[in-house]
Amino acid sequence: MEKSPIISGCKVVIIGGSAGSLDVLLKLLPRLTVATFAIVLVVHRKSSEDSTLEELIAIKTSIPVKEVEDKIALLPGNIYIAPSDYHLLFEKNDQLSLDTSEKVNYSRPSIDVSFESAADVYGPALVAVLLSGANADGTQGLQAIKAAGGIVVVQDPETAEMPFMPRNAIENLTADYILGINDLYEFISTINI
Amino acid sequence: MVLIDDRELEVLINEVFEYYGFDFSGYSRASLKRRVDRLLHLDGFRNFTELLSKVRSEPAYFKHMVEEITVNVTEMFRDPLFYNVLRTEILPIIGTKPFIRIWHAGCSTGEEVYSMAILLKELNLLHKSLLYATDINALVLDVAKKGIFPLQMMKQYSENYMASGGKKDFSHYYTANYGFAKFDSELSEKMVFSQHNLVSDGSFNEFDLILCRNVLIYFDKDLQDKALVLFDDSLAKLGYLALGTKETIKFSPLQNSFKQHNKEKIWKKVQ
Ligand SMILES: C[S@@+](CC[C@H](N)C(=O)[O-])C[C@H]1O[C@@H](n2cnc3c(N)ncnc32)[C@H](O)[C@@H]1O
Repeated sequence: MEKSPIISGCKVVIIGGSAGSLDVLLKLLPRLTVATFAIVLVVHRKSSEDSTLEELIAIKTSIPVKEVEDKIALLPGNIYIAPSDYHLLFEKNDQLSLDTSEKVNYSRPSIDVSFESAADVYGPALVAVLLSGANADGTQGLQAIKAAGGIVVVQDPETAEMPFMPRNAIENLTADYILGINDLYEFISTINI
Repeated sequence: MVLIDDRELEVLINEVFEYYGFDFSGYSRASLKRRVDRLLHLDGFRNFTELLSKVRSEPAYFKHMVEEITVNVTEMFRDPLFYNVLRTEILPIIGTKPFIRIWHAGCSTGEEVYSMAILLKELNLLHKSLLYATDINALVLDVAKKGIFPLQMMKQYSENYMASGGKKDFSHYYTANYGFAKFDSELSEKMVFSQHNLVSDGSFNEFDLILCRNVLIYFDKDLQDKALVLFDDSLAKLGYLALGTKETIKFSPLQNSFKQHNKEKIWKKVQ
């Protein structure tokens, strides 16, 4: 990346990913120390009750990983992971809600659902990142985030294990940044500073 | 796609209360907004005003709206490990009573109630049990009463059943016909279905076990607390309250009257 953008006033960084995104997260998160904002992860996962994703991520980062339960407060400095089999929604009073309604893009949690909800609540105070995946989920959500004045970042499909998802986004909207894994780290670590 | 804004959502909530007495003001706005957006889209409205005037002028449409904005997704033996704990730890305790009363609040199309009946049957407790199943949505109750579910779901349900500790051949609980599975009437004999609104209706009996799973997530904190008071009022001493896997009574003023059963989403009323 030529120069680091200056992003301020960010309250939430929301990251969506599907197949091939866990690797990126496990490279990215350990290097981050922040935080002046909340990090929310919406990753496609098997519908089972196990909490392996939370555990995997928790041992790799010094940022506290909160177990997401309905109406938990969304606070800066923490990581929140959408639980399996629920859509994750955002309330105006900075709480998270869960929802078991129909799958969207064959997925629950769906990235579109969370992105759209976050766009509605956080508007320009939102930075969204879409990672690797073999699904069209995320594109519509990124469109909503752009429309609400948020910042849209897409993983460079060249660097994605499954380029379909980021490519689909790039083809359907103008991303603010298209970044490789390393640049992604640089980018996130300069938010709000 | 037409989308409603926050102000319009509040107008709809107010009008619905004024015209029909249904109070959605304690519902989670994030979810409600999505559901109303979905309805606008499904029913092809061009704008919010069109929807509003139809809701005002057509009671049948209002009923349809309630059916569509509530989320009725459910499964048999959803979260098998939860059912395993019911089977091996909770029901045997309740089962020592001469008579068992269970309330499924927000039962949707009844899959949860039939799952419970199967557990009770296998524990030889069904004959002395009564299962009250209620929901705000009349349409799902009609489905629940029939006990007929899509046959294509049975593979998943049978897997859930086995993962919950079921040992029988799941297919012996239903008869397959024309793509549907009709559950034995023996299971439904002890079920009572009725419409009940957790927002406005009161306690109607005393129960040994109340299940209210994945319903409170659609409420804001205040309404959740209110519903928890209703459950508290409806539970016998040492009765149990079971919530969904991501719901909790932590932070509710009632938490001190309840003791959590290990790490399960099951609480025992201790005072
Ligand atoms: C997602 S379903 C849960 C079904 C089942 N308990 C389960 O966990 O699979 C939620 C149900 O709550 C019902 N519900 C929503 N608001 C309600 C209210 N105010 N009173 C009673 N039921 C309500 C809905 O109609 C819906 O059937």
